[in-house]
Amino acid sequence: MSDVLRFMTCGSVDDGKSTLIGRLLYDTRAVLVDTLEGVSHASERRGLSRIDLSLLTDGLIAEREQGITIDVAYRYFSTGRRNFIIADAPGHEQYTRNMVTAASTAELAVLMVDVRQGLTTQTRRHALLCELMGIPHLVIAVNKMDLVGYDPEPFAAVQAAFETFAVQAQLRADRRYLPISALEGDMVVERGERMPWYHGPTLLEVLESVPSAHTGKAESFRFPVQWVCRPQAADDPTLHDYRGYAGMVASGSVAVGDAVTVLPAGLATTVLAIELGGRSLTAARAGQSVMLRLQDDLDVSRGDMIVRSDEPLPAVTRTLVADLAWLANGPLDPRRVYGLRQTTREVKAKIDSIEYRWDVASMRREDVDTLTANDIGRVRVKLSAPIVAERYEQDRALGAFILFDPATGDTVAGGVIREWA
Amino acid sequence: MTRTHQTATEPQLWDDETLDWLEAEAIYILREVAAQFQRPALLFSGGKDSVCLLRLAEKAFRPARFPFPLLHIDTGHNYPEVIAFRDARAKELGERLIVRSVEDSIRRGTVRLAHPLESRNRHQSVTLLEAIEEFGFDCLIGGARRDEEKARAKERVFSLRDEFGQWDPKAQRPELWNLYNGHIPPGWHVRAFPISNWTELDVWRYIARERLALPSIYFAHERPCVRRGRLLAPVTPLTPPKEGEVVEPVWVRFRTVGDMTCTAPVESRATTVEAIIRETAETMISERGATRLDDQTHEASMEQRKREGYF
Repeated sequence: MSDVLRFMTCGSVDDGKSTLIGRLLYDTRAVLVDTLEGVSHASERRGLSRIDLSLLTDGLIAEREQGITIDVAYRYFSTGRRNFIIADAPGHEQYTRNMVTAASTAELAVLMVDVRQGLTTQTRRHALLCELMGIPHLVIAVNKMDLVGYDPEPFAAVQAAFETFAVQAQLRADRRYLPISALEGDMVVERGERMPWYHGPTLLEVLESVPSAHTGKAESFRFPVQWVCRPQAADDPTLHDYRGYAGMVASGSVAVGDAVTVLPAGLATTVLAIELGGRSLTAARAGQSVMLRLQDDLDVSRGDMIVRSDEPLPAVTRTLVADLAWLANGPLDPRRVYGLRQTTREVKAKIDSIEYRWDVASMRREDVDTLTANDIGRVRVKLSAPIVAERYEQDRALGAFILFDPATGDTVAGGVIREWA
Repeated sequence: MTRTHQTATEPQLWDDETLDWLEAEAIYILREVAAQFQRPALLFSGGKDSVCLLRLAEKAFRPARFPFPLLHIDTGHNYPEVIAFRDARAKELGERLIVRSVEDSIRRGTVRLAHPLESRNRHQSVTLLEAIEEFGFDCLIGGARRDEEKARAKERVFSLRDEFGQWDPKAQRPELWNLYNGHIPPGWHVRAFPISNWTELDVWRYIARERLALPSIYFAHERPCVRRGRLLAPVTPLTPPKEGEVVEPVWVRFRTVGDMTCTAPVESRATTVEAIIRETAETMISERGATRLDDQTHEASMEQRKREGYF
């Protein structure tokens, strides 16, 4: 039985992210013959003497023009021990929002560092964004070891510099350091013979062994109502009074007969039935998309949250303290009202105050009046209606939100809940 | 003395844990479409990916009817088995099927062919955009997968299209967690892809697990073909042999079904879903590389078509 691990690669531009993914796919034999031929022809047309593995993922015209990654490419491979979904994220500052997109669903990040460049501002920004997005496992892949003669000293220097930074930035993710050459393939899938001084696992060994989020701990039952099923128009009169609440179980589990509470209203009832595609289930657990039917005819709609009455009730609040990654090209306007989407609930939101912004270069907290593209900052948010809140580190599903611009619909920020009043 | 009983066990055909995870995610996405849009539609061609979408929609919405109609853009160059299957499946489900055809667009003059037997594949975009305007659709659900092609690998689950149906790969919306954002400017629409994270193998495994019916041409059969380079081209009234080509009967199956003029079968003796799964797990050629006569010409032909409104 295998499971799925979602991971991403990130780091500064030109540190070799796409080449690493190409190498992983190539060495695990996940690249099919015709794809490889296409990449081989494209490499030849560019006058390269060897196959450019980065062309396996940089598929857009503009990316190939410029030799950079613009948007996240998702790739799939399996080793028999595990299935992997890779998000190859861009390094350019201009495309940070796409890196954040990849980070939001990743359980592990491979942060690439060019051994000759050491830590850049963008390396630090990406490490902070991984931390903000709550990625539990960080692999610092010190790349281009071939260009420093596979010497252990520059590798040790990068490791020391990153540890200093990690302590300063209070990173909580577990950290592993790997010397690699994505170009030559050392320590990616094969160990190679050029770094006998390194005794740790290869990248693939790390990927195959870290615990994935699906094997996580039991938590309280949280069920955001996604869609209300009322098949009144059906030809079947027995369905006239049918009322099902569709959604994905965000955490915990529930069984038929359990006492539940509907939030934010606080209405109490019991679970009458749990269904999937018209079939009855006795229980449902985290990650399952199901339909719940309740004993009493309550007013429940999309955006409401069903929880178990015998478990600790979550907070219901109209104010939040949150960290934001500002993703829009235009700045945050504290005078404006934004839309806030958390689970399946949408409310209006105003930024009450900006507590600080991280200066990524100096790692200092700065006083600012606004946040601009790619900034990370802490804010206080006032909401038009209550939401069922949880701290992001407790619950990734209830602790996350996006802000959107009501005029254009565009997503302008990703946020994680730290506390509430 | 005890005797160990050895039986030749088949390798496991699918992995329930992975399929359950993919299924739950796809159902969630379908329900987000139902909740966030006023007038969605589900693209149903009769092909294997859209067959999976229909089963997922049953799991998402039953006992209710689907909160959207099914839509097929018919190029007029489809295999008759597939069209018959499409109609039968829609009827069996009791769901509404809307068909709009490229033929009508040609009659209206909105599609102009360079020559009568030209592939109509890329012209589907025009007919599709006409259908979107006619019905006021604000979201189209499709069975595209990121493992199909490198431009698709970059596409969001909720993918925005402007008034001209264009995709702008340089300006995609950030798509964080599973908070899919369906707020769009007037006249725009969204293409939603519930099975983005599925691979070709996942699709076949799901078909096996759910015992889904498929058009017969997916299974190995004998058919007259000609060899063009590495590909097999089926000989049909629309795709006659070129001068000097030798027509031979070949055992083939289709890995993907679409327009007759641009879909090639692969050599195969796989007459069951289980045999197809085994072949798919072992193949060294991608689905598109083996089957598409129109993607071979340019490194980025799919991206260019998508920019013009193609699915």
